[in-house]
Amino acid sequence: MSRTSVVVLDYGSGNVRSAVRALERAGADVELTADADKVAAAAGLVVPGVGAFAHVMQALHAVGAPRLIERRLAGGRPVLGICVGHQVMFESSVEHGTEAEGLGEWPGLVERLDAPVVPHMGWSEVEPPADSALFAGLADQRFYFVHSYAARTAPDYVRTTWASHGSTRFVAAVENGPLSATQFHPEKSGDAGAQLLRNWLGTL
Amino acid sequence: MTVAIRVIPCLDVDGGRVVKGVNFVDLGDVGDPVEMAHLYDTEGADELTFLDISASSDGRATTLEVVGRTAEEVFVPLTVGGGVRSAEDVATLLRAGADKVGVNTAAVERPALIGEISRRFGAQVLVLSVDARRVRPGDEPTPSGYEVTTHGGRRGTGRDAIEWVSHAAEAGVGEILLNSIDTDGTKDGFDLEMIAAVRAAVDVPLIASGGAGKAEHFVAAVRAGADAVLAASVFHFGWMRVGEVKDALREAGFPVR
Repeated sequence: MSRTSVVVLDYGSGNVRSAVRALERAGADVELTADADKVAAAAGLVVPGVGAFAHVMQALHAVGAPRLIERRLAGGRPVLGICVGHQVMFESSVEHGTEAEGLGEWPGLVERLDAPVVPHMGWSEVEPPADSALFAGLADQRFYFVHSYAARTAPDYVRTTWASHGSTRFVAAVENGPLSATQFHPEKSGDAGAQLLRNWLGTL
Repeated sequence: MTVAIRVIPCLDVDGGRVVKGVNFVDLGDVGDPVEMAHLYDTEGADELTFLDISASSDGRATTLEVVGRTAEEVFVPLTVGGGVRSAEDVATLLRAGADKVGVNTAAVERPALIGEISRRFGAQVLVLSVDARRVRPGDEPTPSGYEVTTHGGRRGTGRDAIEWVSHAAEAGVGEILLNSIDTDGTKDGFDLEMIAAVRAAVDVPLIASGGAGKAEHFVAAVRAGADAVLAASVFHFGWMRVGEVKDALREAGFPVR
């Protein structure tokens, strides 16, 4: 049986080596590329992202990623956003006082966390919905977060996993048909993260 | 629903090899950072830190390979520090597989480096490592009584440590690794007053380091305001396991993974 093909979108985002390797360990055949045909053909597309929202959007536009992602979703083909790759799926962000437009797959604003200590850096618990596919078998697990901004609302029609930091309750993950996204880093979340990636691959 | 206190073992790496390696019966090669990283990962380490102490460029190149292999095999965050002098050095380490990069002396000598790194890669990749000590009797006093040192604590700078971390947090660092030169290596416990003073000055995460000898010391550091605790020797020489520190933290009522 051939392994599930996954493309990790290559647009100059920080350390993607772990994401590639974690997906391989979870059983995928992984390629790091921004080639349009390969992005379209893969069973799954992972959109990583670290750094500033506006910077990530610029870099995504530079490789034509918004259109590639849109096309996949129009055809019902799975996409997984991670960290800022999760945030850009929302409408917009206010970071360092400047507003930046996201991909707008979901309504909602990405804004600064309200907490005594920011960034939120480390392992936190999450509250997945009962019917979550991503978090199947992952009750009471912690995942690794590193972010200063987050979406605080998600539309009713998606399956939302919540987490909290300080007084901010924020969207930790979204499952919405072919589009899933996590604010945390599954590729850095040890065994729990590996299981989540296997769960995602299982839906492809 | 609060973030877990992180327990972070630190490995000193020279030319791709762990220095000060000792008897880990369950380890084939105690000098291999990747094997050590695996062991700590298995024991529940929440992150790992490599401190590259290589003096030569060949040694640094070898360390990069080790970072790459570690990133491909160990799935918890990896910070690499030691000799980072430019945004280009940061790019090289991130490409190699580091998630975060520690900067110390170079930022003290040229504070603009902090902004250069955080603008390009985001503040979250930057761990400002601060080697601080109480101002020695006879030296020029600083407002807080704490002073920044460089070159692994061998050189005083006369710069106030609290003023420095405040400035750095403004300029854009993701977290601060505070190492007490006075308590480092003593096994008598962390400098709790200094931890509390830094905690009061900044709102970025604070990693405490220097002086851990027993599990209670870690608990005290967290009570003083640390979000994470880092140690090298106690873990490395096998005096204490990561799990024991976590047990002590859990018993004290702190969340751990």
